[in-house]
Amino acid sequence: MSETAVIIETIVKAVVVLSVVAGMGAFATWIERKVLAFMQRRLGPMHVGPYGVLQLAADGIKLFTKEDIIPQNALKPIFVLAPIVAATSAFVAMAAIPYFPEFTVFGYTVHPIVSDINVALLYVMGVASVGIYGPLLAGMSSANKWSLLGAARAVVQILSFEVVSGLSVLAPIMMIGSLSLIDINDFQSGGVTNWLLWKQPLAFLLFAIAGFAETNRSPFDTIEFEAEIVSGFATEYSGMRWGLFFVGEYANMITIAVLVSIIFMGGYNPIWFIPGAIVMLLKVSFWIFLFLWVRAAWPHVRPDQLMWVCWKVLMPLALVNILITGIVLV
Amino acid sequence: MTVKNFKTLFENRYFIEDSGAFIVEKSNILDALHVIKNRDNYTLLLDMTAVDYLKKDSSKARFAVIYILRHSDFSQILMLKVYLDATLTLPSVTSLFKSANWAEREIWDQYGIQFQNHPNLKRILNHKEFIGHPLCKDYPITQGQLCTKTDDLMDEMTPLLKSKGYENFEDLMFLNLGPAHPASHGTIRNFVALEGETIVSTVSEIGYLHRGFEKSCENHTYNQIIPYTDRLNYCSAILNNIAFAHTVEGMLGVEIPQRAQYIRVIIGELSRAIDHLVCLAAMLVDMGALTNYWYLYNPRESVYTLLSKLTGARLTNSYMRIGGVSRDFYEGFEEDLRYSLKDIQKGVGDTLKLIAHNRIFHDRTQNVGIIKKDEALNRGITGPNLRACGIAYDLRVAKPYYGYDTFDFNIPIGSTGDVYDRMMVRFEEIEQSIYIIKQAMKRIPKGDIMLNNHSIALPSKQSVYTSIEGVMNQFKLIYEGVKVPSKEYYDAIEGANGELGFFIVSDGSGTPYKVKVRPPCFYAMSALPSMIEGGMIADAVLSLGSLNIIAGELDR
Amino acid sequence: MSAQLVLSLSVVLILALGVPVLFLLSSKLGPQESTKNSKNIPYESGITHCVGGCDNRFSVKFYLVAILFVLFDVEIVFMFPWAVRVRELGYFGLFEMFAFIALLVLGLIYIYRSGALKWQ
Repeated sequence: MSETAVIIETIVKAVVVLSVVAGMGAFATWIERKVLAFMQRRLGPMHVGPYGVLQLAADGIKLFTKEDIIPQNALKPIFVLAPIVAATSAFVAMAAIPYFPEFTVFGYTVHPIVSDINVALLYVMGVASVGIYGPLLAGMSSANKWSLLGAARAVVQILSFEVVSGLSVLAPIMMIGSLSLIDINDFQSGGVTNWLLWKQPLAFLLFAIAGFAETNRSPFDTIEFEAEIVSGFATEYSGMRWGLFFVGEYANMITIAVLVSIIFMGGYNPIWFIPGAIVMLLKVSFWIFLFLWVRAAWPHVRPDQLMWVCWKVLMPLALVNILITGIVLV
Repeated sequence: MTVKNFKTLFENRYFIEDSGAFIVEKSNILDALHVIKNRDNYTLLLDMTAVDYLKKDSSKARFAVIYILRHSDFSQILMLKVYLDATLTLPSVTSLFKSANWAEREIWDQYGIQFQNHPNLKRILNHKEFIGHPLCKDYPITQGQLCTKTDDLMDEMTPLLKSKGYENFEDLMFLNLGPAHPASHGTIRNFVALEGETIVSTVSEIGYLHRGFEKSCENHTYNQIIPYTDRLNYCSAILNNIAFAHTVEGMLGVEIPQRAQYIRVIIGELSRAIDHLVCLAAMLVDMGALTNYWYLYNPRESVYTLLSKLTGARLTNSYMRIGGVSRDFYEGFEEDLRYSLKDIQKGVGDTLKLIAHNRIFHDRTQNVGIIKKDEALNRGITGPNLRACGIAYDLRVAKPYYGYDTFDFNIPIGSTGDVYDRMMVRFEEIEQSIYIIKQAMKRIPKGDIMLNNHSIALPSKQSVYTSIEGVMNQFKLIYEGVKVPSKEYYDAIEGANGELGFFIVSDGSGTPYKVKVRPPCFYAMSALPSMIEGGMIADAVLSLGSLNIIAGELDR
Repeated sequence: MSAQLVLSLSVVLILALGVPVLFLLSSKLGPQESTKNSKNIPYESGITHCVGGCDNRFSVKFYLVAILFVLFDVEIVFMFPWAVRVRELGYFGLFEMFAFIALLVLGLIYIYRSGALKWQ
């Protein structure tokens, strides 16, 4: 294979992944409104396009053309940088995720992964956690007390749950013996019974809970909870600057959904007659739906209760899980 | 307590005025209140207000301050009155009743009467740049004043923090929770000092929605005031109508027809239910439980549809008149009502299914924002907020009006007085209100909806359009108002938020000489700092929501 | 392979940086910033006369958790290589790691008892 072909293939794949994820993220906002609306006995967006589906476009136009407001006293360079950090880290993390099984087009085998890193899991978790700098920098540069509180909450919450998610994936890794997401996926080939979910239920639960917390979804949406700290770190943000945080958040949500599907729920291995790609889509959709369902059903916790759960319940449980797995394996 | 007993208690130094108020010398007021509170068990200082007699009868003194107290059996009321000398000073009674704190501030603000030894005598409803005391009879009401500068409230915060042992405030963050904050439910400002996210101390500033209700009342006839009362607690406008009309009817010494009483019970209980729905829905949103908002708000919508059919308005109904109600039930009302009640019950049931056994909900609400029994009474809290502390005080039972004693219903009470109890008391009260409405609908008699007294009740439109007597009657009542005999009178009903009372001074004309509303929110709000200090921001938001502070009533 | 890796990652990085920057530039399409406007005042519930700025010191409790994170997350990083090779390393590795985790847990217990996890 020539060098140029590789370059072109990589660029094409990167563009496709970015645009698909961005599109899915945008579409997820509409889905979120609709699903929440139906759970809450109302209609949601209805006026722009059929069933309000063009609401996306309307929102996009609004965000893209909104006046760019930088509050006085704000540290301008950092204030501008923060949303870019949030969005970029979320996008970069997606490079190492295999979304679909490899397939052949016109005799050309395509690996639907932008860069096949053999420590992909470590890479994804590492890069995604760079995203914490988004809220932190935003909150500290805004010169606003709500932002500052939001930043403090964000750092504490995301960092704490980073520990839990890191510890909880250790047990599956011990069983698989590889950090490559493709290996993890292949380990579970051969039907629903081979899913890691059944062998590592505790790790699965812990990882899912940590996923909710790291993506700032209800019931752990303390970072920018309106009734308490107005809009948290994003209080002073408007227009596309705010939009980038939003995009990053949704991209992270999709990443977490994909990760859970790959690590614990059999990845893109086909089930019965359903091809792998569709299986993967269904799983990711299910997880996004679950995020919305939980948001509709539960109140949210207080930051100190969140910490309590993290450090005094989830983290010891994760350690115990590692010990048990180690004893069983060796 | 009878009058004779009272005289012996105080060695004949006190006598009663025509109004039923005991006159107390200025120098004795602290002793008198001390004895009344501790020996005679008048433990609840309901309200304090002043009257300016400049344009009525200032032979004794120009100003008098009135204390309205309630006995611990909750049925008896005692009014004390102190005539002031030219110095316009009075000893503060905040050491006996914490509820006097804000009440005295209000009197200072509105009348310029100074209270000695008051911990913090500054304006409360009017802006700090405001000049003059607006409820004085010689204050020109057409005088506009432009006040622009915001108070930073450090004059209150600094001594408060010093008293808690903070010498320098470098590690504290000062934050304004409100007036324009998503969870302030109206325009209420809580200025908090934070250590991390823990609230060290709080100063509340109210008055953002002050629109001079009481001054406006002095220039309108009694029936014209009814639309103003709508705007007090706009979540249950009809209960405010009822409270005002009930008080004026008490002054007139009349009893409205049976059917009108039943209508007041039915519509009043419906208002109570939707008021609680609003409070609960808003609170659950503050907790992030968004879905419940629609579960609780949708039934409210169906009640509003019903009310707009009945009264012509959704929010500010102005449904009551002095002497009865403005319209009878329309045809098909009963079906609409049944549908609305079913809707409410479904909404409440669905919400309870979502939260009643939810661990997050329990952790967020239980043992949060606690107020103890005695403290609550001392601070003048009434209604669901007091019942959540475990005191079964409900005027509908303690001093029944409109035949509430003939209905079968329970008063739900809590035990710890936390946010959870306040919410659950409201949930149960909705059920009880529905139960009362169902009983009332079964028993409602046929008959008049207005008094058959031409000096009080407006004539029917039929007779206004067809007879000269009707036209003249309407003309007299509209232009001159209902002539209420000269009196000083306090009466109250159980509002959605607690004891909703009106103290009215009349001079025999068609407009009241003075109207003072006792807003239950006002006293609940003054207790907020003691509930939220030591908690976190998230708790403060819930505590504020659970008290159901309605700015329209708070600021008047 | 590694050249391809570097290449692909740099492509992704350039794209992931470029798209947000492009997005931000789109605000030039709309009305332009007006600096003399009261909308540039920091929001504090509608109060313009605020006490204390945002460059003040802030309670240390928030930072304590961040420091804890550094401790624990670094230790987790040490555990990843072991987790991948847990079968090869056998009992020796297992006991080594258990000792390590025991130290970790001891640390956690110490932190717990010293009250660093209390937020009040």
